[in-house]
Amino acid sequence: MHDIHTIDPVSRIEGHAKITLHLDEDGGVADARFHVTEFRGFEEFCRGRPLAEMPSLTARTCGICPVSHLLASAKATDAIHAVSIPPAATLQRQLANLGQIVQSHVLSFFHLSAPDLLLGMDADPATRNVFGLMQTEPEIVRGGIRLRQFGQEVIESVAGQRIHGKGIVPGGVADPFTTEKRNAIRSGLDEALGSATQALALLTSLQDRFTREIEVFGRFDSLYLSHCAPDGTWEHLDGKLRIIDAEGATVIDQLDPADYRSVLGEAAKHDSYLKVPYYKPLVTGDDPRPGMYRVGPLARINIAERFGTPIADAGLADLRERTGRIAASSFHYHHARILEVIASLERIDGIIDDPVLLDPRVRAQAGINARRGVGASEAPRGTLFHDYEVDDHGVITAVNLIIATGQNELAMNRTILDIAREYVDGSTLTDGVLNRVEAGIRAYDPCLSCSTHAMGQMPMVLQLLAPDGDVVCERRRE
Amino acid sequence: MTAAPTPRPGGARPSVPVTLDGTDVLAHEGETILALARRVGVPIPTLCQLDGLSVYGGCRLCSVEVAGEHRLPLACATEVVPEMEVRTTSPTLANHRRRIVALLFAEGSHVCAACVASGACELQDLASENGVDHISYEMTFPRTPVDASHPKFILDRDRCVLCTRCVRVCDEIEGAHVWDIAQRGNQAHLIAGMDQPWGEVSSCTWCGKCVAVCPTGALAWQGTAPGELHADPGLIAFLTDARDGTWDDRAGGNERRDDEEVAP
Repeated sequence: MHDIHTIDPVSRIEGHAKITLHLDEDGGVADARFHVTEFRGFEEFCRGRPLAEMPSLTARTCGICPVSHLLASAKATDAIHAVSIPPAATLQRQLANLGQIVQSHVLSFFHLSAPDLLLGMDADPATRNVFGLMQTEPEIVRGGIRLRQFGQEVIESVAGQRIHGKGIVPGGVADPFTTEKRNAIRSGLDEALGSATQALALLTSLQDRFTREIEVFGRFDSLYLSHCAPDGTWEHLDGKLRIIDAEGATVIDQLDPADYRSVLGEAAKHDSYLKVPYYKPLVTGDDPRPGMYRVGPLARINIAERFGTPIADAGLADLRERTGRIAASSFHYHHARILEVIASLERIDGIIDDPVLLDPRVRAQAGINARRGVGASEAPRGTLFHDYEVDDHGVITAVNLIIATGQNELAMNRTILDIAREYVDGSTLTDGVLNRVEAGIRAYDPCLSCSTHAMGQMPMVLQLLAPDGDVVCERRRE
Repeated sequence: MTAAPTPRPGGARPSVPVTLDGTDVLAHEGETILALARRVGVPIPTLCQLDGLSVYGGCRLCSVEVAGEHRLPLACATEVVPEMEVRTTSPTLANHRRRIVALLFAEGSHVCAACVASGACELQDLASENGVDHISYEMTFPRTPVDASHPKFILDRDRCVLCTRCVRVCDEIEGAHVWDIAQRGNQAHLIAGMDQPWGEVSSCTWCGKCVAVCPTGALAWQGTAPGELHADPGLIAFLTDARDGTWDDRAGGNERRDDEEVAP
């Protein structure tokens, strides 16, 4: 007999999903699958649209990280125009991405994951949320909300709006930066950095409480992929890609994102709308699993030698004291996120003092000079690729989007499998199992809206299925 | 109450007594209801009408009620007659205008979020001003290919509301007559030249007046990102006033005063 458990819907992530746990004849967990149950079809309906509309159009994929899509898309359009954007535009775009990383990571940590971490995985779901946390830890929640607001204000200063701004355009940005905006950011930086370092101290103090989770939540060998400067410094927007293996050895360095197809394949699945990218050289047959790689905060801090800013580097050194050079557990995504928030704030501090930021030349104008363009950015959840082809007049003929959450899918399946093997006992699903599977998924901060180009919130259904497909047990969380 | 008479070019004073929304006003002889309403500050929604171009009367948004008439005459195309009683607002008119706007949305592809004209679009403004907050008609979801063949401009027919401003401005002002409407009814659509790609139409002078007058994002400059298009419909009245020597009447201050020092 072979049972399957299903968690459906999965909550406190972006989008809709279902998790099934497949039991073997002996009642052990044989396999775990994360199914994304919705579809949006951006790659289809973007065809036929003019190139200049693509940044704003694709940014509508997601209300959490529209800036990431704006940037990857704008970079793809820059490639088709064959332009180098003005230096002031580069700085403005960097500011926007740093603000994006801050606000998204803070949302993930304070609003979505902190209830698990501070109130405990077995706490009552009715209070194990940001509102429950407000009752017990009001100062922490307040600091988080203010910090997220700061990130959004940085985004607004470049994009014109906090969500779905229009300021990032083909060839650069729409408007020159102003001293007023610079001063506004400057005045909020100290408080933001204070809240972020407090969050880091809090998370560090919690490490000992979660030793079993750190052991179980996706602690396995995998490849990692992200942008990285040639000297090994953390990078979030420009430059090339690096892939490392589980030991930290560089597999590929300074790969042009435009050449992603040389190493990344994409598998379609019959039971999910998520496409599954994989590292091609390790996959020989139909099964993409040997080509598993992780992207996002954990990948970035494992790949980078350093952040290049003092507070974040001290935090990184502290984490590496515990984990060694490579933090293998997906539980450390949380830690990586807070370190990236600090690094982003320190980078913002550097950028706003750069006089080039105020240069009024912010947009390169050009015609259609290439038939294909690829743009990549480090979205909060990982490396994001936009790949466009156009006709002679700049009308889109093909679109391929590779989203961070899709790239993490193989790792998420593996994480669920490990957690289920550790916590599922027999044919029933306890709250503790449900909570830990959810928390395991949440460690990746998945954005299914983006990865399927789908929309909505994410309730969770967990099903335990017998070998013949019968539902043995089902738990549902709306 | 009688509105203060405004002198017209030529000096004639308004003399035709009309009741506009219950107020007695004096209209010029041969003046349209729309011109009268604008002169005395009564708003009437319009879309196809544009100062400086001929009257088309296609959108029917400026319909008004006239006592004794069972139809809804067009303010842009109906001249006042003595003792005419005109109403510019009523539940019937509000409903009529909402339906017209809703039908325009239903038959096009008006996705403001990704549209070049968003924020400066007359259709968007009409929806907002007339309380069109949802569309109850079945959407047609057209997918007409974008014509990006022109080096300077781009045409997205799914955003076209067939107001014919571009047709008229190109014919009447620029004299090039690039644009026409082909077919009828729900097949009606804008064509360039002899139904050619715009970039192949040799009569196009690249003047951009059609883009300046387009009320939506159907006609735009190449490379315009969403929200960046700002049409300039007032350009045409500026040109025709300049041509006809009447711009001082409209702007009321553009003529140089005799006592003004002229810089060398």
